[in-house]
Amino acid sequence: MGYGKYKEFADKIRKDCLYMCNVGASGHIGSMLSSADLIAVLYEKILNVDPNYPDDPDRDRFILSKGHAGAVVYAALAEKGFFPKEWMGTYYCDNGKLMGHISHHVPGVEYSTGSLGHGLPVCCGKALALKKQKKESRIICLMSDGDCNEGSTWEAIMFAAQTGLDNLTAIVDYNHIQALGFTKDIINLKGLTSKVAQFGWGVVDIDGHNYQEIEEALSHLPLEKGKPTFIVAHTVKGKGVSFLENTVASHYAHISDELLEKALQEIGD
Amino acid sequence: MRKAFNKTLLEIAREDSRINLVLADIGYGEIEPFANEFPNRYYNVGVAEQNMTGVACGLGMEGNIAVTYSIANFPTLRCLEQIRNDVCYHDANVKIVIIGGGVSYGPLGVSHHSTEDLAIMRALPNIVVMAPCDIPEAIAATHAMIEHDGPVYYRCGYKNEPNIHNGAIDFKLGKAITVEEGDDLTLFFVGPIGIEAKKAAEAARKRGIKTRLVSMHTIKPIDREAIVAAARETGKIITVEEHNLSGGLGSAVAEVLADEGALDVKFKRMAFPDIYVGEVGSQEWLRSLYNLDAAGIEKEIYAICGV
Ligand SMILES: [Mg+2]
Repeated sequence: MGYGKYKEFADKIRKDCLYMCNVGASGHIGSMLSSADLIAVLYEKILNVDPNYPDDPDRDRFILSKGHAGAVVYAALAEKGFFPKEWMGTYYCDNGKLMGHISHHVPGVEYSTGSLGHGLPVCCGKALALKKQKKESRIICLMSDGDCNEGSTWEAIMFAAQTGLDNLTAIVDYNHIQALGFTKDIINLKGLTSKVAQFGWGVVDIDGHNYQEIEEALSHLPLEKGKPTFIVAHTVKGKGVSFLENTVASHYAHISDELLEKALQEIGD
Repeated sequence: MRKAFNKTLLEIAREDSRINLVLADIGYGEIEPFANEFPNRYYNVGVAEQNMTGVACGLGMEGNIAVTYSIANFPTLRCLEQIRNDVCYHDANVKIVIIGGGVSYGPLGVSHHSTEDLAIMRALPNIVVMAPCDIPEAIAATHAMIEHDGPVYYRCGYKNEPNIHNGAIDFKLGKAITVEEGDDLTLFFVGPIGIEAKKAAEAARKRGIKTRLVSMHTIKPIDREAIVAAARETGKIITVEEHNLSGGLGSAVAEVLADEGALDVKFKRMAFPDIYVGEVGSQEWLRSLYNLDAAGIEKEIYAICGV
C-alpha cells in the first residue's frame, strides 16, 4: 500500500502549524515539524479516537508530553474534525481557543502538559487502570529528547518495566536539539535505546520521517509481550522547511509573513 | 492517628473498590494490611514521589480514587508541580496524605518537618486542605476525603494524639467544629496542636476567661461564617497551628477578617516564626521552645484579654 496519504496529512499538519505560529507570533515550530510525520501516522492510522465520541471509554489514550508542540496535535485534531479549523486562527491569541501548550480544554486532547517530564508518569497510571479494566486501549506518550532529561521520566521508565505495562508505548521525537542547543552538548542521550532496553522495555529505533517504519513500529504493539514499548524516532528538528531544519533557532523562531510564504512554498500543495 | 487513618482507609476500601493506594516506599508497619488484602490496588513505585503522583493522577482520571501516602513533605513539596499541573489542574480524583504534620517527627530534623505545607497546598486551585486534630476527626476526615470527588490534601498526625473533642462530632468538610463555647475570645486551631490550645483554654477558664475553642480541620475551603461570628461575638481571635507563620491557618483567618471587613478585632497568630526548626527535640519539647505549648498559649490569652 502507498504512504501518500500520510505525506498528504503531514503536509497539512505542517502548514497548519506554520500558520498557527504565524498568527500567534509564537515559537516551537521546530518541535512541531519534527513530530509532524509521527502525528500524521498516529491520527491517520493508529489511534482509535473518534471526533463524534471523544470520551469513548474504549479509545486509545494519546498524551503529548512535549506540550510545547501542542499545535501539531491541534492541527491533526482540526483536520480530523474534532473542532472547527477556524479555531487555528485563534492560536495563542487573546480570547483564543487554543493555548500555546497543549490543553485538555480542547476537544480531542487527552491531557494538558507544558512542563516536561509529566506525561509518562500519568500514562503509567492510565495504563495500570485500563489494564485492570481489561480494556484493549493503548496508551501512547510522545516525548521530546528534553523530556528525557527529567528525572520523573526515568522514574516512570523504571516503574513501567517493573509493572509490565505492555499497553504503554513511549515515542521519543529524538530531534537532537533542545531549547539551548544540541542534546549532545547539553545532556548527551547517546545510547538512549539500549539504556531503556536495559531498564526492561521493548525498544526499537526508527526513522521518524519514514512512514513505512513509523507504521510498522506502531502496528505491532507491544514490541515484546509483557513489556512497555519504547520507540526512538530519529527526527530532524524543523523537518520540511529548509531554513528551519536542524537549527537550534527553530525552537523559538518567529514565523513572519515572509517566512510563512517561503515555508508554505517549500511544502507545496 | 496514622493507625486510625490506615484502619479507616482499609475499611472504606473494603466497600469501595475504586480505592487504590500509591506509595513511594514509605509506610512500614502501617500499610501492610492494605497491601495484603488488595494487592491489585496497591502500588509501591519506589522512592519516586513525582512518579507516585503522576501514576495516581492517571489512575484517578480513569475511574479510580488514588491515595498517595508518605511522610512530611515527600508527597507534597517533592512533587509539587505534579500536584499542580497533573492532579489539581486536571481535577483528578487523587488524595494526598502525609503522616507527621508539623514537627511530629521532631528529632528527625528539618527535612521531616512539614511546616509550610498548609500554605503551599492552600495556594492551589481545586484542592481541599484538611488537617484533623484527633482520632475522631481523623476517622471522619478520611470518610469525607473519599466522599469528596476531586483532589484532597490530608495532613495526618503521627501517634498518641489525645482526643480533643468531648464527644461525638458532626464533621463536615469546610465546617469548623466548636469544641468549647465561650464569648471572651476565640481560639482557632488546626491539627493535633489543638490539645495545647484546649489545655490553655481550660487554665484560663479557671481565671474566668471563657474561650470559644474551635477546630478548623479544613483550611480550604475555610469556614468564613465561623470566623466572622468569632470576630463579631468574641472580639478577640488567636490562631494556633504547628506550621510557619506564612500562609497557614492564621493567614487564612486574617484574609477572611479583612475580606469581610471584620477588622474591629484583636488578633494574634501563633505559629513558628518563619524559620526552620533547627533545634533537636521531640514535638512536645519543640512546641514549648517556641511557646506553642499550653503555657505559651495561655499567656497569649491573658495578653489579648488584657489581664
Ligand atoms: Mg528536541
